[in-house]
Amino acid sequence: MDAIFLQILNGLDKGSAYALIALGLTLIFGTLGVVNFAHGALFMLGAFCAVTLNGILSLSFTTIDDSRTDFLGNPLRVETPYVESWFGPEIGAAIIQWSVPLSILFAIPVMVLVGLIMERGLIKHFYRRPHADQILVTFGLAIVLQEIIKYFFGANPIPTPAPPSFAGSFDFGVWLGFSPGSIIYPYWRMVYFAFAIGIIGAVFAFLRYTTFGMVVRAGMADRETVGFLGINIDRRFTIMFAIAAVVAGLAGVMYAPINSPNYHMGMDFLVLSFVVVVVGGMGSLAGAVLAGFLLGILESFASMAQVVALFPGINQIVIYLVAIIVLLTRPRGLMGRKGVMED
Amino acid sequence: MLGLNKKDTTLLIIVVIMTMFAPFILNPFPETSQLAQFNAGYPDLMQRFVIFGIFAIGFNILFGLTGYLSFGHAAFLGVGSYAGVWMMKLLTMNVIPAILMSMIVAGLFSILVGYISLRRSGIYFSILTLAFAQMSFSLAYSVLTPITNGETGLQLALDDPRILGVSQVAGSIPPASLFGLAMRDSYEMTLGGWAFTFNVGYYLCAVVMIVAFYIAIRIFRSPFGLMLKAVKSNQQRLNYTGVNSKPYTFAAFVISGMYAGLAGGLMVAMDPLAGAERMQWTASGEVVLMTILGGAGTLFGPVLGAGFIKYFENIFSKINDTILHQWFAALPDGIEDTLVFLIHPFIGKGWHLTLGIVFMLVVIFLPGGIMEGIRRIVDLFKRRSPKDEVSGGAVPSAKAAE
Amino acid sequence: MEILKVEGVNKSFGGLKALNEVNLSVEQGNVHAIIGPNGAGKSTLLNCFVGRLTPDTGTVTFMGKNLIGIKPHEINQAGVSRVFQTPEIFGDLSILDNVVIPALASSDGSFTFNAWRGVRKRAEIQEKAESILEDIGLAEKKDVLAASLSRGDKRRLELAMCLVQDPKLVLLDEPTAGMSRADTNNTIDLLKRIGERGITKIVIEHDMHVVFSLANKVSVLAQGTVIVEGKPEDIKGDPRVQEAYLGGAHI
Repeated sequence: MDAIFLQILNGLDKGSAYALIALGLTLIFGTLGVVNFAHGALFMLGAFCAVTLNGILSLSFTTIDDSRTDFLGNPLRVETPYVESWFGPEIGAAIIQWSVPLSILFAIPVMVLVGLIMERGLIKHFYRRPHADQILVTFGLAIVLQEIIKYFFGANPIPTPAPPSFAGSFDFGVWLGFSPGSIIYPYWRMVYFAFAIGIIGAVFAFLRYTTFGMVVRAGMADRETVGFLGINIDRRFTIMFAIAAVVAGLAGVMYAPINSPNYHMGMDFLVLSFVVVVVGGMGSLAGAVLAGFLLGILESFASMAQVVALFPGINQIVIYLVAIIVLLTRPRGLMGRKGVMED
Repeated sequence: MLGLNKKDTTLLIIVVIMTMFAPFILNPFPETSQLAQFNAGYPDLMQRFVIFGIFAIGFNILFGLTGYLSFGHAAFLGVGSYAGVWMMKLLTMNVIPAILMSMIVAGLFSILVGYISLRRSGIYFSILTLAFAQMSFSLAYSVLTPITNGETGLQLALDDPRILGVSQVAGSIPPASLFGLAMRDSYEMTLGGWAFTFNVGYYLCAVVMIVAFYIAIRIFRSPFGLMLKAVKSNQQRLNYTGVNSKPYTFAAFVISGMYAGLAGGLMVAMDPLAGAERMQWTASGEVVLMTILGGAGTLFGPVLGAGFIKYFENIFSKINDTILHQWFAALPDGIEDTLVFLIHPFIGKGWHLTLGIVFMLVVIFLPGGIMEGIRRIVDLFKRRSPKDEVSGGAVPSAKAAE
Repeated sequence: MEILKVEGVNKSFGGLKALNEVNLSVEQGNVHAIIGPNGAGKSTLLNCFVGRLTPDTGTVTFMGKNLIGIKPHEINQAGVSRVFQTPEIFGDLSILDNVVIPALASSDGSFTFNAWRGVRKRAEIQEKAESILEDIGLAEKKDVLAASLSRGDKRRLELAMCLVQDPKLVLLDEPTAGMSRADTNNTIDLLKRIGERGITKIVIEHDMHVVFSLANKVSVLAQGTVIVEGKPEDIKGDPRVQEAYLGGAHI
């Protein structure tokens, strides 16, 4: 029983990332009708926003402390981050430690800008081109983005720690009445899950309760008719693209402490997120979220030692296997609508 | 000739000449000249040109003709490679069984993948092929280690049985060969400042590619090929025209899978090892790039695309800042440094960045790839000639599009 | 002789009954027009013949062969060819290939793995295709991409794609919709000439001018049911037809 709880919890963080990326993919697909292979790259850019801000905040100047010496006997060179000298050592250190959550504020404008440039500069011209062309051009863009990041940040993963207050783990076992130590779950992953739920809730609320969202939803259902009403749907769709970029970016920012960002993390997540979208049902927002969490948890169960002993290698392929089965038995996915992408 | 019309015969002859004389054509610069680094006439690279050419020709039969975009074709190449290495481990170092088995195994695997994936079309098909390829990749790394040797990759060993040949010769693994001709044997020729290498392995690959290309022409010009083009153009209409499009696309899928297997088998024949990374989806993406870049749906485009990518991959990766400084040495220092600084991100390890940008530009501005570029240039010259203006060249001709 | 027999066909979409106990009998060699006001179910009925829709109940028999539940390509192979309301052609292939494809389909069947011998080497196919293009006046343009044709030409091409198959029955869905008067008359002439080949045709049409110049039998469909059937002259004056078209509306 405790093992099951543990696996569900373990699946949540990855599932959250899948759900957030898949949500953005679906928003873009549902509104603009574009299959965006560069969406993983947006997730990766988000993670590198956290890396960048962490780097900026840690920028230091060097002073020479004559009173102390290093092991060679030379005067000790002391690196002091600027923020520490500006805000005093305690507040300064705290700012650096909290760089990942602070990156949210940094990432939002960056991702909005990236999203706008991408949509206006490139994607816009591909609305009426075949899906294969859209896949190809965004695939090219994904390569370009990841190579740019590789150029500036190198090929190695860059550890980006969470604030120390969230560093430890929480013993769920005791809390749920199991033996202590049976279900240990890092705090930050709980934060990530809560954050993902918050973002998903915000997106759904936005679509549900604002006029803007209503128009967008109407546009998703029937673009032409909304166009006839004299509503400038294109401008709204641009904004939706930016929102989707922000969602992916924030998912990346907060994921940085879980998995040290590297340049190809976007591609890794993209393939799986596409599978998630297809399983959830192309064009269904709720389906994307549901399938994201389900597949995350499923993957986590499949990697249990007992399961792997029974079906070796199942942990590696379970998501693809599920995708194949779903596509063949329920071609529209779990919650897909009729007529989406069927011709 | 050979059942081809005049235009296709010319094309085939061009390909034959280009491949047969490649050691000359690709080595235009003398050994000692500064430009020698642009030479591509060494065996390893030439082998890659033709092997990836075969891979792309096959991929084009599926994607170029039917429009079904597979993101999993590297899996067939990988499976073929493993099969090839096993033949060399178990049977003989003669490359024929290895190459044949690569094609057969890849063909069987593509029957399985195609049968399932082709139940859907459009992006669903792409995702299904992607899922299969990623599954094969993961399994090759994990559970199938007894067959694939996991991360290390499958290699030959001294104590392999090789029941039809010899297990070892004088304490070492015998070289891959074709009835006594070792693949790695080369004949060097020096002409003045030029050096040319004629490698057995390359010529085997080249002959295979010519055959593969010839078969592709036959397929393109056959009723079967026409039906595949009709699938891309308007599949629904084709069904209402009394044609069952499913077996056509399925056959195209399996044929292109066997081409991929053939490429995998040749890779093994040249260098007897196989690794899972050959099956990764980025490898599938590469053949997509080659085909698009050259011109999907054209006969010669994919070969051109494969050559283009492999050549520039090789050249760009070799160029470094020192070489750049040499090039621009004549310029004033400030300009020299600025130029080197600007070009730096795109060379060496930055080759993928260049490739990504070029690929995007092609998809955006030249969806027909290099072949369309060539056609546009030819049209530009034709339009200038007065003869064409009289006949009114404004009518788009289907022949020009081929 | 009866070539197509429709018996008791019903089709509903949700709560809407599109076809209600439709019975129809088409004689060999006839040009049978199906007319009726918008939403009468004409296109739905046609879609039931070609396998695009499956009726809820009822049978459609073509020369003794059941057409319900079989695939579109099987229906075509049985000898039923269709011209669509909006021209459906192979836009990025040449005009000649557009005609060669159906010719191949009727000579080689729904699937043949003929990947070796060139299309152009199939003299019988080429001749047949070129002669039909000659017939409809597109022979000079045979190497032009089909997508570049005018709408009227596309329609003619599609007709050629049907005829090259020597079908036993052709279904025409509003063959003159959206055409100018001159184009309409051209099409009527073309259809009349085809009529001389003795191919049975079912025509769905709004334009009464077309109906009366082509058809020798007319069925009037209203609210999913055949209300009147007969010769064109008889239909013209029938009060039930006028009632159906005007729907009791007071103009």
